Amino acid sequence: MAAQNGQDGGFPVDPLHQFEITTLVPLNIGGIDASFTNSSLWMVLTVFAVTFLTVFAVRGRNMIPGRMQSIAEMSYEFVANMVRDNAGNDGQRYFPFIFSLFMFILLANFLSMLPYSFTVTSHIIVTFALAALVFVGVTIIGFAKHGLGFLRLFVPSGVPAVILPLVVAIEVISYLSRPLSLSVRLFANMLAGHITLKVFAGFVIALSSAGVAGIFGAVLPLAMIVAITALEFLVCALQAYVFAVLTCMYLGDALHPGH
Amino acid sequence: MPENAHNGIVVGQDNLGLQSEVQIPEAGHEGGFPPFNTETFEAQLVWLVITFGILYYLMSKVALPRIANVIEERRDRIADDLDQAGQFKAQTEEAIQSYETALAEARAKAHAIAQETRDRLSAETDSHREKLENELNKKIADAETRIAATKEAALAHVRGVATDVASSIVTQLLSEDADTAAVEKAVDAKLG
Repeated sequence: MAAQNGQDGGFPVDPLHQFEITTLVPLNIGGIDASFTNSSLWMVLTVFAVTFLTVFAVRGRNMIPGRMQSIAEMSYEFVANMVRDNAGNDGQRYFPFIFSLFMFILLANFLSMLPYSFTVTSHIIVTFALAALVFVGVTIIGFAKHGLGFLRLFVPSGVPAVILPLVVAIEVISYLSRPLSLSVRLFANMLAGHITLKVFAGFVIALSSAGVAGIFGAVLPLAMIVAITALEFLVCALQAYVFAVLTCMYLGDALHPGH
Repeated sequence: MPENAHNGIVVGQDNLGLQSEVQIPEAGHEGGFPPFNTETFEAQLVWLVITFGILYYLMSKVALPRIANVIEERRDRIADDLDQAGQFKAQTEEAIQSYETALAEARAKAHAIAQETRDRLSAETDSHREKLENELNKKIADAETRIAATKEAALAHVRGVATDVASSIVTQLLSEDADTAAVEKAVDAKLG
């Protein structure tokens, strides 16, 4: 593909090709483009995977859980603890949302590690939509719970009056940049990880097509792919965790702006 | 992290700017940067809303209540079992307690019975022995008197025999009848 594009040095793999969105079923509902694309497909598969793990695996309601039920219960308790630790007990109301968010990102990330799959979270629009949902939701909760008292969040106590305007300005900017940092962190991590994998895979192909010495030379990038794959699995889980835990913290801020 | 984020954005904007300036119709397909291809945003958002909405509904209505139920049930069951185990333990301790009291009582009773029996037996033995000893003492006393009488009789005989023998010897030696009174006197002197 990339070779046809005539990229520099005839690199055999286009690392960006995997992020391209291809329409599978064109669909237009009331002037809105709702085409079923490869991205849609993997979103649906993600929902299926999460549903399988949390609904199907617990269908037996076993007193002594099997493997799949254990995974469901561990995820449940993991997220429940995360919400309790970061947002307090009154944050439990939003537990289903945080759980859905965490599982959606986690499974979307993990499914993206399958060969030929599509990385839903490598598109800024998806991560930004999720982050914006969190940001708007948290802000609404903050004002609904505390009214204008929510603005205390931007006025830290114990700051001298002279530098208070500066501090408040910084606090407001950092608050407003939350959705941006939240979405770009996830998007950039997934994007960079998958590009890295593809680039090393390209090295393997490029070297191994260069004769016997090249085949031996290809061992090194191949080993790197193995190592980076392991690292990517870590990143997949970590980014889902970071997204969810930051959401919990923002929620905690909205519920207890005095702290 | 924010710095990285900014870098990402700047690079992105370059690409995005390039696309919008050059106006490639299918920018996403040929060399553009797919995540910044705004043409795909609408469909992605629509499907994100659909899928995440369904997921949220399934989680909040089906999955999470079910898992919570299972965990809660197990917690109750474990608590019940622990309670029951505690009750059984208390019962066991009670049983051990009563067993030990019973054992101590039985031991004390056995001790008392043994002591009583021993006392009774020793008393019986004592009286028996006393009676035997009395009988024996009596028999010994009888025997002693008998021995004394015999001894006396024997001694009396000895004196007669001695006197006769002495008289005969004197008669044989002196060829004359011995003075009986003198012999008796000499024998008495010898016999003490």
